[in-house]
Amino acid sequence: MADDKEREGPDITVAEFHKKIKDAFEVFDHEANNTVDVREIGTIIRSLGCCPSEGELHDLIAEVEEEEPTGYIRFEKFLPVMTEVLLERRYRPIPEDILLRAFEVLDPSKRGFLLKEELIKYMTEEGEPFSQEEMEEMLSAAIDPESNSVHYKDYIAMMVIDES
Amino acid sequence: MGCGTSSVTDTRSEQVLKAALVIQNWYRGYSTRLKARQRYALTIFQSIEYADEQGQLQLSNFFSFMLENYAHIHEKDPEIVARLFGSTLQDYKDRQDYVAFVDVPNSYNGPRLQFPLTFTDIDLLVDAFKQQQILHARYVLEVLFETKKVLKQMPNFTHVKTSPSKEITICGDLHGKLDDLLLIFYKNGLPSGSNSYIFNGDFVDRGRNSIEILMILFVSFLVYPNDLHLNRGNHEDFMMNLRYGFTKEILCKYKILEDVYTWLPIGTIIDNEILVIHGGISESTDLNLLHRVERHKMKSVLMPPTPLDGDPDTSVKKKKFNATIVPQEVKTSASHSEQLTKHEWEQVIDILWSDPRGKRGCYPNTSRGGGCYFGPDITSKVLNRYQLKMLIRSHECKPEGYEICHDGKVITIFSASNYYEEGSNRGAYIKLSSGMAPRFFQYQVTRATCLRPLYQRVNAIESSAIRILRERIIARKTDLIHAFQLQDRSKSGKLSMSQWAFSMENTLGLNLPWRSLSSRLVTTDTNGDINYMSSFQDIHIQKPVKEAQSTLIETLYRYRSDLQIIFNVIDSDHSGLISVEEFRSMWKLFNSHYNIHIDDFQIDELAERMDLNKDGSIDFNEFLKAFHVVHKLDKLNKSGSGLL
Repeated sequence: MADDKEREGPDITVAEFHKKIKDAFEVFDHEANNTVDVREIGTIIRSLGCCPSEGELHDLIAEVEEEEPTGYIRFEKFLPVMTEVLLERRYRPIPEDILLRAFEVLDPSKRGFLLKEELIKYMTEEGEPFSQEEMEEMLSAAIDPESNSVHYKDYIAMMVIDES
Repeated sequence: MGCGTSSVTDTRSEQVLKAALVIQNWYRGYSTRLKARQRYALTIFQSIEYADEQGQLQLSNFFSFMLENYAHIHEKDPEIVARLFGSTLQDYKDRQDYVAFVDVPNSYNGPRLQFPLTFTDIDLLVDAFKQQQILHARYVLEVLFETKKVLKQMPNFTHVKTSPSKEITICGDLHGKLDDLLLIFYKNGLPSGSNSYIFNGDFVDRGRNSIEILMILFVSFLVYPNDLHLNRGNHEDFMMNLRYGFTKEILCKYKILEDVYTWLPIGTIIDNEILVIHGGISESTDLNLLHRVERHKMKSVLMPPTPLDGDPDTSVKKKKFNATIVPQEVKTSASHSEQLTKHEWEQVIDILWSDPRGKRGCYPNTSRGGGCYFGPDITSKVLNRYQLKMLIRSHECKPEGYEICHDGKVITIFSASNYYEEGSNRGAYIKLSSGMAPRFFQYQVTRATCLRPLYQRVNAIESSAIRILRERIIARKTDLIHAFQLQDRSKSGKLSMSQWAFSMENTLGLNLPWRSLSSRLVTTDTNGDINYMSSFQDIHIQKPVKEAQSTLIETLYRYRSDLQIIFNVIDSDHSGLISVEEFRSMWKLFNSHYNIHIDDFQIDELAERMDLNKDGSIDFNEFLKAFHVVHKLDKLNKSGSGLL
């Protein structure tokens, strides 16, 4: 309630984060036994609004895994780590302008688009390369079939709207 | 973040590397958020589906409750009990002769079956259904009668053997989705002497082609009775069909189907090692008993055995949620021979309705309202008891079409892709043979034009899920407002996220990630507080009778499926009409059993109004159809009137 806001402090925030994390975790906890498959951790973390890189994700997983990895992550281990991440506002999403500049770096002649082959090359050979599945997925939405290219400004704008 | 802006001193290749990282990082975040949204949407669908099933079983309790109080109704209508619980057309179903009177005209262009059936009839049907032809009722009836005849001779459990050269394919729920069955046959071949199949229940309901699926499966069964195995699912239940799929009209035409359902085997056992059943097990599952029961006496989940001699200890309501079952033979009058004992009935319910869970132990399946949740310890215990190695079951939709749990001892197989919505999930089937690990095959039916990018598909599922969730919300508007106001002492119209989520979960009884969903259901102010009344904008329930109060409207809307079933059962002459008296007495009982606080006089008034031509009867189908939710933003919104 509006007037209760003044009385709220960091405790309320932590409690709210706990609830939010629990909700997200439960959606992927198929057997209702407070564990999720380690392969779903990335999805859970990102669904909470964070954007770790693959490397950062790898590190996070190492933090929440058992001493002897079982392939499952327990909620008791996940909760404190994830709460810290949220409190410290780590792995903030990439702002639109940074994203745009990244595309522009790949398009030095400033055409306003990238050819399909160019996008594939960069995404599968540079940085933390895409798998074939990831590449196909991205292409299906990004590529304009007539010109076989990605008009990245429009693409970004479309994705941003979809997310809001 | 992985990298910041490129500095001037970076080489070109460093710049490219950093740029690629930014894009990849961003894309992966976006893509996983899409998948999370998809999963949330599925959670919504599933919660609501199970809540509905629970409603179904609540109805079953209601019938028992009614019977316990039947003395009062009985005075007014001696026939009503017989109508509710008896099958008044017993000999009608057995008389195959009348089928011969149903002529197939020369003008009929659909498939013509030739009895005795052969594999050409299977081909014929598959081709005909691919072209969306309809099988003439005469053939449907003949197939049903034949199927019943053959099924009657089968034991409760079919025992099959596999070998490395003879694999068996196991399919899960199809739910009337013909495209999925056709896709399975396309990928895996039609059933034959060298291509065995097990179909693990839930062939019907929800999808549009239940009859077609039944026809293909039954004809295949009749041609290859030793290679096409059918297990009963919880939807092979004529009363479930009434709620979910078949119109009453079809069910009446093919009334023999009720019998066919009851004669479907309970399960299949492969190589004496693998138990294949539709739902699951409970702590007390007794396979020996299940081999012996007279399975055809299990008519419907909504018709539990009745304690006809009025013994107070044998109240069905209590027993249903008691996982430890005490066997009791109910000694009643002669009609007892037409029923299973309570213990037997519950054993079958457990098989058809239970779900595996990670938590150890066995406890009532509260989301469905029947059967149990069983843990890995229960699985081990029961499998060991009968020297079995694995349990294969269906009954639950899984995003990937299958799921393995309980240390590999339980496999869930679900064969209806896009079950809730286009893009919601894959379907799958299993191929196995003795000594080899099971192999899984997945698929997803898509219409030719529908190779849409992921974000469009997710948007579609999400919109659909949110839409039905909002319909649930509007159906509980009065209760929700009450709950909100209890917490909103200052009457500001706002609640914290926590308060709002708590009220939603408690009132609706749906375990959903409310915080994550809130942005789609309500508006928030700049402080992050929820404007709780905003969930009721843009949507309202159409009022068929203007003067009726909101609570009444909401209640009738919420229970409209149950009411539909009850009315259909009362309306024994299938006229679509029931008397005002019947309506009143039914409603009063419904009222008291479901603990709904609607004054009798409101119902009386409503009954008066519904009887439009004042002849003492109500056209209930018209009445119930009138209760639908109007989404303000729908183009089809005709009412244009204000909010409730």
